[in-house]
Amino acid sequence: MPLALLAEQVLNGLQFGVMLFLMAAGLTLIFGVMGLINLAHGSLYMVGAFAAAAVAGATGSFLLALAAAMTAAALAGALVELLVIRRLYARDHLDQVLATFALILIFSEGTRWLFGSFPLYLDIPAALKGPVTLPGGIEYPRYRLALIGIGLAVALGLGLLITRTRLGIRIRAGENDREMIAALGVDISRLYTVVFALGAGLAGLAGALVGAIQSVQVGMGEPVLILAFVVIVIGGIGSIRGALVGAILVGLTDTLGGVFLPGFFRLFLDPASAASVGASVASMAIYILMAAVLIWRPTGLYGARA
Amino acid sequence: MRETLTNLVLLIALVAFPAWALAVDEPFLITLATRAVILALAAVGLNIALGWGGLVSLGHAAFFGIGGYAMGILASHAQGYTPLTEWPFVIEGTKSMPVIWLVAVAASALAALGIGVLSLRTAGVYFIMITLAFGQMLYYFAISWTAYGGEDGLSIYVRNGFPGLNTLVPVQFYGLCLAVLILVLALNAALIRSPFGLALNAARQSPERVRTVGLDPRRLQLAAFVLSGAITGLAGALFADLNRFVSPSMLSWQMSGEIMVLVILGGAARLFGPVAGAILFVVLEHVLGGISDYWHVFLGALLLLIVLFARGGIVGLIAGRRGGP
Repeated sequence: MPLALLAEQVLNGLQFGVMLFLMAAGLTLIFGVMGLINLAHGSLYMVGAFAAAAVAGATGSFLLALAAAMTAAALAGALVELLVIRRLYARDHLDQVLATFALILIFSEGTRWLFGSFPLYLDIPAALKGPVTLPGGIEYPRYRLALIGIGLAVALGLGLLITRTRLGIRIRAGENDREMIAALGVDISRLYTVVFALGAGLAGLAGALVGAIQSVQVGMGEPVLILAFVVIVIGGIGSIRGALVGAILVGLTDTLGGVFLPGFFRLFLDPASAASVGASVASMAIYILMAAVLIWRPTGLYGARA
Repeated sequence: MRETLTNLVLLIALVAFPAWALAVDEPFLITLATRAVILALAAVGLNIALGWGGLVSLGHAAFFGIGGYAMGILASHAQGYTPLTEWPFVIEGTKSMPVIWLVAVAASALAALGIGVLSLRTAGVYFIMITLAFGQMLYYFAISWTAYGGEDGLSIYVRNGFPGLNTLVPVQFYGLCLAVLILVLALNAALIRSPFGLALNAARQSPERVRTVGLDPRRLQLAAFVLSGAITGLAGALFADLNRFVSPSMLSWQMSGEIMVLVILGGAARLFGPVAGAILFVVLEHVLGGISDYWHVFLGALLLLIVLFARGGIVGLIAGRRGGP
């Protein structure tokens, strides 16, 4: 296996991982602060991608498209929180699952109604097109490298927001004891709306960024949502650091598994069955990782609570 | 009392339906009703885990799909006259429903045991996410498993046979599915009155107390989960036989969501809740689907209203809040 290919695959895994982190961070924040499981988070990812595609199509500017994606997803998130989600905080998880499943149906079919069933395309901005040569002579797409940079920057920014700002203090206080901070005069329902909109904005950003390398279509959010769940289960619910570690683990496992497992099975199987067995095992690799973490640590790598 | 009456009305309606459909000369409706009966069976399975066990499984499509693939794999080998394996001994495919059902039940029970053992190490929101993830794992596995159709799925030319019946006649196949549903409902009714059912109910409400009297709530829940998966797997085999087709979409997360919606529309932990839910779902699908291609928007809105304002589902609305069995 040439080193250049290995490096490229590791970067691909990292890129996939940081995009998963943008989804998982919002989910884990929302669960940590409000105790809510939100299946409709994938719909907000889709809203971001569609908003970006529509704005990029109208203006031709990728930066405007990203801003539109975050704004649209955050607004949709805030609206949904005000209308539906806030009635669910006191309910059990089953009600939350069902109500947010209903929201998926409404968002998906509503988007199909507005935009049709055909996928939209979002172009990579001209400045980020083409490959870039890394140290060691490795050629790598500039845009994917930018995604890794953006993802890590957002992770850092989110970390600073949580640990260094007043909003962050309130979020952490909300995770620990919501009655207490309400008693101390924090407007808890506004805090909830803000946290939900923040998570939604991150999902929308991820949708727009990934939308430029895949197609923008209805139903694009849910596979990513389920992977983000795997990330959270591995990292531990409520932990931003766990989400980052889990996301990168899942990204690397999925990407490297797809590349190396068929080769691994070729060591003791004939090429045809090695390819098919390898592909099957690779498609399950991250779930096997999840099962292993569950056996070892049922509450995830960084999770304290069940 | 009102719940018993509701159940009786539903039962009579299901039994009498084919006669009515033939009388108004709409034989197509019988196939639609068969679909409702099979979906009801899948939801009856989930209801045991979800309603009485309190286990919010968002991965029951896994068992539905395993049942479907059990039928697809056995029947495709039988129609191609190729054995499944020749070593250590020859296993032939089959077109016989009873054999297929046994295999479907055994395979989905085994899968439920594996998924249950792992998922029940956790609880609450973790359990939801993990069952969803394992469902997705099997979905991707089926897609990458090219030997049995991969993404395209498997088609069967002729519906499988049942001794003494001609399953190609819609009414006979409907009767067979309905008989299975009634049998499983009777089993379900006996189960919830049995010591196991009572202990399971208690394990949902207060695991500590169950532990105090010397029972292990995890084992009760695991048993319920396996039984639940097996019933949903049986429904999967029938569903595949109805369509004479099985594909990874039977394993998709949307399918898991739909089975759960059936239970909730009708009323969780109500014996006939899943039946009422499945009938309503198929009627909505048929009526709203005829009006608009985007009928899922209305289904979503209806579901949202039920969750926010009418917990307890249809049977709950009719029979009143839990007086229950």
